[in-house]
Amino acid sequence: MNDMSVSRDVDTGEIKMRARGVEVFYGDTHAIKSVDVDIEDKTVTAFIGPSGCGKSTFLRCLNRMNDTIDVARVKGEITLDGEDIYDPKVDPVQLRAKVGMVFQKPNPFPKSIYDNVAYGPRIHGLSTSKGELDEIVEKSLRRAALWDEAKDRLQEPGTGLSGGQQQRLCIARAVATNPEVLLMDEPCSALDPIATAQVEELIDELRTRYSVVIVTHSMQQAARVSQKTAFFHLGELVEYGETGKIFTNPDDSRTESYITGRIG
Amino acid sequence: MSVTTEGGAPEPRRTSLLELDARTRRRNRSEARFRAYGLAAVTVAVMALVLLLVSILSNGLSSFRQTFVSFPITLDADVLDPSGNRNPEEMQSVLTFSYGPLVQQAFVDHVAALGIETDLPASALGDMISDQAPAQLRAAVLSNPAMVGETIDLQLLANGRVDGVFKGRVTMESAERDALISPEQLILAEQLRAEGSIITRFNWDFITAPDASGQRPEAAGLGVAIMGSFYMMLVVLAFALPIGVAASIYLEEFAPKNRLTDLIEVNISNLAAVPSIVFGILGLAIFINFAGLPQSAPIVGGLVLTLMTLPTIIIATRASLRAVPPSIREAALGIGASKMQSVFHHVLPLAAPGILTGTIIGLAQALGETAPLLLIGMVAFVREYPAAPLDGLFDPASALPVQVYSWTQRSDPAFVERASGAIIVLLVFLIFMNAMAVLLRRRFERRW
Ligand SMILES: Nc1ncnc2c1ncn2[C@@H]1O[C@H](COP(=O)(O)OP(=O)(O)OP(=O)(O)O)[C@@H](O)[C@H]1O
Ligand SMILES: [Mg+2]
Repeated sequence: MNDMSVSRDVDTGEIKMRARGVEVFYGDTHAIKSVDVDIEDKTVTAFIGPSGCGKSTFLRCLNRMNDTIDVARVKGEITLDGEDIYDPKVDPVQLRAKVGMVFQKPNPFPKSIYDNVAYGPRIHGLSTSKGELDEIVEKSLRRAALWDEAKDRLQEPGTGLSGGQQQRLCIARAVATNPEVLLMDEPCSALDPIATAQVEELIDELRTRYSVVIVTHSMQQAARVSQKTAFFHLGELVEYGETGKIFTNPDDSRTESYITGRIG
Repeated sequence: MSVTTEGGAPEPRRTSLLELDARTRRRNRSEARFRAYGLAAVTVAVMALVLLLVSILSNGLSSFRQTFVSFPITLDADVLDPSGNRNPEEMQSVLTFSYGPLVQQAFVDHVAALGIETDLPASALGDMISDQAPAQLRAAVLSNPAMVGETIDLQLLANGRVDGVFKGRVTMESAERDALISPEQLILAEQLRAEGSIITRFNWDFITAPDASGQRPEAAGLGVAIMGSFYMMLVVLAFALPIGVAASIYLEEFAPKNRLTDLIEVNISNLAAVPSIVFGILGLAIFINFAGLPQSAPIVGGLVLTLMTLPTIIIATRASLRAVPPSIREAALGIGASKMQSVFHHVLPLAAPGILTGTIIGLAQALGETAPLLLIGMVAFVREYPAAPLDGLFDPASALPVQVYSWTQRSDPAFVERASGAIIVLLVFLIFMNAMAVLLRRRFERRW
């Protein structure tokens, strides 16, 4: 099952998001130190690194979720399609409709499964009729590999699902709004191998239209689904490049120690 | 093999699970001690509550029953309807005063007809019937003028002292020293009761009638006080809930966290601890002296109680907003909901049970509040029902706790019984509201 050495086909698409000199502080803690990354369109980018190195923090910069944390300060420049997302004129609400997010901990709304998925399309006006909304809900649940389990209990509360089902519900909720970039923070951490495979399939499918950024602790998963990989360590971006190269022939010794299991 | 390596785990101690070691025994002892303290505390609290309830119920339950005298009265058309065309508007001009002799004469005749011998003069017999009776008769006649000229059977209020005879308040010994009832009257009352002409029954008027003067406790009711309290609760609900919830949402979800908001937070907590009489002085100065609102009006009482209730509602609302996990807000924001949408679609519904509970507790507090109302003149003697809202909010009214207070100030001991009765009514309302709070919380509570 280890295909780390396989060379990958890489769409050298356009740059969707570009980060330059990004620094994040939580109060006095310097969580992210001068990170430069280009996230390509129609590409899966994996963020890997030891726990606490700042993967989630950086991911949250990309849709300005850090705005909601009082002590967090973000410096540097991040652009989406060439537009600075930290420009004072940008409304983060509009940004987040384009850059969707699946959180590390599953956080379904305490509403029905249907309403969970339908919420995004409703507030963004993506459907004009009940039938259309039903269709979006079904499609999203199918893509998140939850349809078979959920189709008979759409009106039951989403919080009544198991942890792994909740995570897939959150994925369905995120894809239902049709984001251009999907940020996924350890989307498979609570999933069994079958559901993991289904989510990976979804990620691969999403790649045909969107760009996907995924944080993962599984080297195998990073190797399986991503075309680009970024390795973070202690708040720094140590190495960023094609997945095949990072896993077979990394430039930095820290990367090599991490992927071979010596640090982390 | 339990070999302790350097820096490794120490060798496990081998002890039997079947016997307690000294440490565990000591721990169990202190736990047992603590439980005994707790039980003692709960017992004291429950005893105090039971004592309170028993004393109030034993004093006050009797106020819901009232003694009535029933006897036939001939409605003399010459007196009651001089013009003779049974027009209620013209009959209005016959004052209550004229009904008095009618009642007294009918009663004297009735006693004679029963064959009871008594040395009491007619006026002493008349005194056994409430001063309220002529007014009762007049109201009955005006509501049905066709009765004039006929002889009707009517239950009229007995005098408060006669009522006291059947409630154990008035005895032979006390009657000897009492200017308002003589032992002969007492004996007659017992005889009439044996004949079935005096009965004691449940009295709705205690709940619906307005207050009465100090000479006729038997007629005093809680109607105006209940309406005044109800109107004030409406005002409090209409002002305190929206203002309190809006302020809390702003402070909790939107306001930047800085010195100013800290200061506001501290002051809101301080406000909750301000003695209620201070709010009364404030209300007197602002609403009556400055804004020129009428005295004794529910609107003023309601506004004063709003000021008092606001901190309670704000503190409860903020606590329940804070209890909503931040992941819910993140989830909403993460799919592009605005702050407003995340608050109103997700956070507020989850916080609603807590907000409702806080509001009801605040209202219950306001319902029982007396001191500030005394300062704004709600203690006035009001016999007129206030009109329907919204005009009625500006009419003079009383309030339940103030009614309790003013009845306890009156000299006739019958008012003590009525004050206890009013306390029971107040407690029933409070229990009802608190039960609502518990029920709503159960009903709407959701897990996440
Ligand atoms: N809200 C916060 N306030 C203060 N410090 C924070 C906050 N969130 C994260 N940090 C700190 O920032 C650093 C990076 O955290 P982050 O959550 O980005 O790590 P991570 O790489 O996602 O780790 P994991 O793999 O365990 O999820 C950590 O040292 C963490 O303590
Ligand atoms: Mg993380």
